[in-house]
Amino acid sequence: MSAAFLSDGQSAARVDLLQVAEMVEPGSRVLDVGCGDGSLLRLLAEGRGVDARGMELSQAGVNECVAKGLSVIQGDADTDLAYYPDGAFDYVILSQTLQATRQPRVVVEHMLRIGRRAIVSFPNFGHWRIRLQILFSGRMPVTQNLSYSWYETPNIHFCTIADFVALCGEMDAKIERSTALDRFGHPVRFAMPWSFWNLFGEQAVFVLSRK
Amino acid sequence: MTRSHATPAPVRNEADEPSSEVLRFDATQGLELDCGVVLAPWRIAYQTYGTLNADRSNAILLCHALTGDQHVANVNPVTGRPGWWETMVGPGKPYDTDRFFVICANVLGSCLGTSGPASRDGEGGKARGLEFPVVTVRDMVRAQARLVDHLGIETLFCVAGGSMGGMQVLQWAASYPERVFSAMPIAAAAKHSAQNIAFHEVGRQAVMADPEWHAGRYLELGTRPEKGLAVARMAAHITYLSQPALHRKFGRNFQDRTAPTFSFDADFEVESYLRYQGRSFVERFDANSYLYLTRSMDYFDLAADYDGVLAKAFKGTKTRFCVVSFTSDWLFPTSDSRAIVHALNAAGGSVSFVEIETDKGHDAFLLDVPELLETTRGFIDAAARARGLAPVKKADRA
Repeated sequence: MSAAFLSDGQSAARVDLLQVAEMVEPGSRVLDVGCGDGSLLRLLAEGRGVDARGMELSQAGVNECVAKGLSVIQGDADTDLAYYPDGAFDYVILSQTLQATRQPRVVVEHMLRIGRRAIVSFPNFGHWRIRLQILFSGRMPVTQNLSYSWYETPNIHFCTIADFVALCGEMDAKIERSTALDRFGHPVRFAMPWSFWNLFGEQAVFVLSRK
Repeated sequence: MTRSHATPAPVRNEADEPSSEVLRFDATQGLELDCGVVLAPWRIAYQTYGTLNADRSNAILLCHALTGDQHVANVNPVTGRPGWWETMVGPGKPYDTDRFFVICANVLGSCLGTSGPASRDGEGGKARGLEFPVVTVRDMVRAQARLVDHLGIETLFCVAGGSMGGMQVLQWAASYPERVFSAMPIAAAAKHSAQNIAFHEVGRQAVMADPEWHAGRYLELGTRPEKGLAVARMAAHITYLSQPALHRKFGRNFQDRTAPTFSFDADFEVESYLRYQGRSFVERFDANSYLYLTRSMDYFDLAADYDGVLAKAFKGTKTRFCVVSFTSDWLFPTSDSRAIVHALNAAGGSVSFVEIETDKGHDAFLLDVPELLETTRGFIDAAARARGLAPVKKADRA
């Protein structure tokens, strides 16, 4: 279910993965939840000497990863994170998968329990383009990055950057770092108030920890 | 099955004088068993393939299933058929014998040369029959560890096997965590289910109900419970397949006829097939060994030795695991493998888990299933890199 919002052919330009990878300290222990075909795991293992493990819902994705020599299990973020002990990893990463989980809050809470830090990236539903689509067409938005129609989308829990910041407050999680990315996955370069990012960031990456 | 009841020569020869290597332990080198008995003297028959490297770091121990044997990748001396895992083991295969030193030993209690109820290595050179102590999967692993000691190998690069072999893999990882660099339990479980114990009991009762069994003393009397063992095998064989696979293979097809005969002859292809399976099995396997080995699987419950918590069996493990299951395996279903994975997650272990889509049932682990080969190759190659084992150069290939 990784990168569920990305349409086919787009994963080649996964600049957002590089952004996430950069936030991980070399040599650390990482669990990538929803690791897809293992692109991020490979970046981490080969580029940063990370002890990288993955969990992936789709069996095809898992088999591909294991055949590449990556340490990946078939599992569901909503149910299987419960089996990991507290503090088992330095980082638990959920890359472009939050919106496809049944219980996003429970998932993020597990991530904060299992890892010293949680890295969450997600598409921002508060982006101006999406707001305009709803405003003017009155239809559920379909964009280049969010290419599914409402009736077939695996993305059942969209949120905006502002929503996510509010959730962090409710969970009493500390936001250690955050970045908004433009439609190409490049960081929005300037520090701005959340309301600005909420309007102009197409994606967001948050690094969280327990307070 | 109207032939003579005398044991055909090949089985007896292989039980007593196996055509593979044999390591013998004398009366002073007994093997302590879970039941409290010290087995002595005893012996273990094994095969090896490939070459042990100078660091002794490239050894793979393969563990065979219930009725398997040490002849993994060579012509079987009893059946004359290819080794049971030639899809997986050999030059350039996932368990690459150009790169790894592959060991497989006949399990304790079996009948291909390792001590068991049919081997004449007891007092007075008689077959031990039911005097042979009941052995466990842990006993099998202890016996293998003695062999691995003898071969001068401190740490095995990988321990792998399917079904009962997978149980041995899990036991190895729990009993000797520092000696197992990587582990592949395939189509296995950390405990034998009630349903599986039930099937085994049906098989044992079939053997013991055969008058030729003679309370296990048939070898002394020069006879054999062929009918009982064949029925046991027929019942077991069904559990190794799947409903869709049976249907695909046989459907309701008639055997050499176009209509039912209104008799109890083998009208259906599937009946004829099962009868053949039963018949060919009794020619290669000892009935008492079948009782002992099914029992060892029934007794297997790894968590029981660790306060009922499977994760404790793997506490602090550094072994790299790859757990594999098959979608249509209802004997060792994916839920059994998932329980192993969850325990390894809880223990903070390194684990990969692949469920392979196939309609071939439990037997899939023995068959040419491309995804099993790819998974194994990927896992083994990555583990070999982590172990610092150099890849095979093309020029070095035989």
